[in-house]
Amino acid sequence: MFYREAGDFKTSYRDDGQTFPIKLDRWGYYAILAVAIFVVPFVINDYWASAILLPFLIYAIASIGLNILVGYAGQVSLGTGGFMAVGAYSVYKLMTSFPEVSVIIHILLAGVITALVGIAFGLPSLRIKGFYLAVATLAAQFFLVWLFNKVPWFYNYSASGQITSPQRTVLGWAVTGSAASPAAKYLICLAFVIFAAWVARNLTRGMIGRKWMAIRDMDIAAEIIGVNPLSAKLSAFGVSSFFVGIAGALLFAVYLGAAEVTEAFGINKSFLVLFMVIIGGLGSIFGSFAGAAFLVILPVFLKNLLVGGFGWPTDLAAHIELMIVGALIIFFLIVEPHGLARLWRLVKEKLRLWPFPH
Amino acid sequence: MDQLLFASEVFINGLMTGVMYSLVALGFVLIYKASGVFNYAQGVMALFAALTLVGIMDGQVPFAHLINAAFGTHLSHFSWTVTPILAILLTAAAMVLLAILIEKLVLKHLVGQEPIILFMATIGLAYFLEGLGDVMWGANIKTLDVGLPQGISDTVEQVTANWLGYGFFIDRLDIWATIIAALLVAALVAFSQYTKQGRAMRAVADDHQAALSVGISLQFIWIMVWSIAGFVALVAGIMWGTKSGVQFSLSLIALKALPVLMLGGFTSIPGAIVGGLIIGVGEKMFEFFIGPLVGGATENWFAYVLALIFLVFRPQGLFGERIIERV
Repeated sequence: MFYREAGDFKTSYRDDGQTFPIKLDRWGYYAILAVAIFVVPFVINDYWASAILLPFLIYAIASIGLNILVGYAGQVSLGTGGFMAVGAYSVYKLMTSFPEVSVIIHILLAGVITALVGIAFGLPSLRIKGFYLAVATLAAQFFLVWLFNKVPWFYNYSASGQITSPQRTVLGWAVTGSAASPAAKYLICLAFVIFAAWVARNLTRGMIGRKWMAIRDMDIAAEIIGVNPLSAKLSAFGVSSFFVGIAGALLFAVYLGAAEVTEAFGINKSFLVLFMVIIGGLGSIFGSFAGAAFLVILPVFLKNLLVGGFGWPTDLAAHIELMIVGALIIFFLIVEPHGLARLWRLVKEKLRLWPFPH
Repeated sequence: MDQLLFASEVFINGLMTGVMYSLVALGFVLIYKASGVFNYAQGVMALFAALTLVGIMDGQVPFAHLINAAFGTHLSHFSWTVTPILAILLTAAAMVLLAILIEKLVLKHLVGQEPIILFMATIGLAYFLEGLGDVMWGANIKTLDVGLPQGISDTVEQVTANWLGYGFFIDRLDIWATIIAALLVAALVAFSQYTKQGRAMRAVADDHQAALSVGISLQFIWIMVWSIAGFVALVAGIMWGTKSGVQFSLSLIALKALPVLMLGGFTSIPGAIVGGLIIGVGEKMFEFFIGPLVGGATENWFAYVLALIFLVFRPQGLFGERIIERV
């Protein structure tokens, strides 16, 4: 009835190629954006920011980054945690070395540094494929974490081996450090999420995105029709690591405030982001958001239910949570290997026909 | 001279560690060959097997923690303990049951999916088993003692002291692990070469469709392969559990087996053995010679970097099948 293309006339090529071709989607998108920017910062409190909203936004950036690599370019990576650590440690070094420069520039530079590291570790992808590559990226994970643990220069020779983010302001508002308000932290993360989603969406529907998808679908065939695998694969690694690095920088500087590399950026982080991408949907920007939301909210929900609802001890609840997450992942893969994004697309298809069945 | 002898001691210890890595890698190779599934859960299966073994031996009540939390009871142990041999048999039976459940509940529904989806499913399985093991048997660190000899071998020390004037410190458990691993590999090779089921297994590994068309039951083969992988996991779990206690870190040996697989090739049993030895010796020697220069603890990443560099020159690993790609 209301969810139709009909009556929404596209008079230019630009209109025809827009991201949200249906009017309701478009308005819904603007509405969500408006609520996120103009309403949420005024009602946000510390619990919501630290338990749900900040992790959701930060992991959404990381998922978008990994989705570019795994979902669009088809190169499986298990090194996300290591690359996030690169982002975190670069932003830390930049923040402490150049305190007068804006933190936004630091975070973007941290992304660029991570992109370079990502390209370096992406080089073997030209020779190695599939599982061999997935396991090879673990080399990045373990080596980088070890490096940040063992070289004191990275953590400014602090006695505990931890890095702590100093206070920095944007437009007079503290966004990092203990004095930062939840709203300020939320807004800076939101700004980067919007930036990441906008860039990712426009890259993936342009020429470079099509090259990635050609490589993903069949790399030899892509090479034959003139896609350069070197530039396509390495650009995928670079762009992906850029976003992952920004996510790592935000995770450390804005969300955690202090971090120890093995704990904050261990192998579990790599798997967590990979799960977000798979559960959300490979090759979909919306899927990255859906997957991040699902895996951020699920543990909070389970914890509230088991510890708060049933009064079970926390360690037991943590183990049962592991079981449920594991079982849910298997369940999702069986029911819908293409993730939440595919379910969403099916719902939209149904809605376009509603109230008619066909 | 002393330095050389010390290095050779490190070398031998590396070989022994390598055998342990090979044991875990073997489980991966078996499943990968037969079903094309890259089973990330192999390490957690070893942990789960070891936990079950300890639980049965000590007569723990399964799910005691959960039952206590739900019903307010105070269960912990039955009044009996079980001898190691019987407990090992019971655990093996449990691993077969696990294999059947995995086939019925997971693999059957994922036939024909892309390898990466199957891989993700096994990661989900790893999470599930890790949680299940803890809920069933408790998360505390347990000691496992099935009667394997432990401690430094006096004989080796004395003999080498007489010959070379320098006593080698070698753990008796490592020697036993080497012997058991060798027997296990011999048994597996004999099984796959000389029995009907073994031949069927190789046929499935070669070509699923062709194997189906000559009347081999895929389901049965998969259950069998996962059971064998379960036994291998049990053996690995006993070895590692005896060595360093049954705890969560046991499941991380899977991460050590991955570079072994890359080096040896995912599809080759000899590859798993040779790869394990190379990684075991390599990381010990690297830690011994280079480790002190760069701050130590290089064992975490050395294996991966070695495998990575190696793969750039030989993408299918040492003994892997040649990768032929067609459009």
